Amino acid sequence: MSLVFAGICSHAPGITGRIHMADKEDVRTLQSAMNEMRENLERAKPDALIVIAAEHFANFFMDNMPSYCMGMADHYDGPIEDPEWLGIERTRIPGVPELSRRIITSIMQDIDLAYAEEWKFDHGIMVPLHHLTPRYDLPIIPANINCQGPPLTPLHRAYAFGQAIGRACAEIPERIAIVGTGGISHWPATPDSGKINEAWDRDFLERWCDNDRDALLDYSDEQVYLDAGQGGFEIRNFIAVAGAAENSKGTVHYYRPIPIFAVGCTAATMAIA
Amino acid sequence: MSLYYTQKLLYQLNRDQSLQEKFFADKESVLTDYELNEEEHAAIVTPDIGLLYILGVNGQILMHFAAMCGYAWPEYIQSMRDALDEHGNVKAGLYVTTDGKGAT
Repeated sequence: MSLVFAGICSHAPGITGRIHMADKEDVRTLQSAMNEMRENLERAKPDALIVIAAEHFANFFMDNMPSYCMGMADHYDGPIEDPEWLGIERTRIPGVPELSRRIITSIMQDIDLAYAEEWKFDHGIMVPLHHLTPRYDLPIIPANINCQGPPLTPLHRAYAFGQAIGRACAEIPERIAIVGTGGISHWPATPDSGKINEAWDRDFLERWCDNDRDALLDYSDEQVYLDAGQGGFEIRNFIAVAGAAENSKGTVHYYRPIPIFAVGCTAATMAIA
Repeated sequence: MSLYYTQKLLYQLNRDQSLQEKFFADKESVLTDYELNEEEHAAIVTPDIGLLYILGVNGQILMHFAAMCGYAWPEYIQSMRDALDEHGNVKAGLYVTTDGKGAT
């Protein structure tokens, strides 16, 4: 059947790791938005959740960097970071190897996809799961798009990756949810940390909600770097979700620049067409 | 290739608890396995987080090494700002700062 849920949200490690440094109203509103997203996800009754996250040199390095990779392990451990630094306890997250393998095999009809039977989750997946599946009881299929170490996959391929995921999920009986995580504009882990280009973010989110492929792909990496920082390369994850939910329209449930979290915190979903 | 190996060492330290323990017990014994120039070698041993940033280490790798070395988040950010004042902008990679100062 087709996807049963498609959404995007932020994954910045400060959301959990620097929560004690944040304004209480920022924390309250963000947590409320993520609770609402969790409830929407639960109502969709998914059998598994695909999380498309730009991982940050936790599993993949420049000695053998895949543009696209998905996991098909029995289980995953995370966070790979110091749990105290991230504010999330280390835990084991269930995988779903046979289903993952079927989905990966199907996606390979369109995308040259790497796979992994071992994967340590970093904040790119752990922060969203902390909010969306806090009991870690929903099987996860991790997906990574290299957004950290150029050369980076072109945006039109990220959209095509999403389309391939959507098609693969339509071919199987299981109910699959998908969440893309990352920042929009942000300059994480630099002296510019905390800078956020709100106007750029809101324009991107408008394109995402319209699911306007041409508009979503109408960015160059050079301009993204100038306008949205190196963190802006993570729009690939959001674009992939738009591709997976092709023909659907989105709604932004929450957007709020929170500099101590180094990102405009976001929660948005697509109404699956 | 030196920057590559600097980042590779920090990447491996970040994800390998036993290598971390070996590194902090005897840094030189670990560093022999990586092709580093003198500046990189010294910056890792000191550790000089700000200089590693200037040399081009990706922030997603560096921030965990900084935490491992006992830097709180504000200290990590400040070390990079101080290094910009001392050395000028980042020499390589994605993490060249856009205004040289950062958000306030």
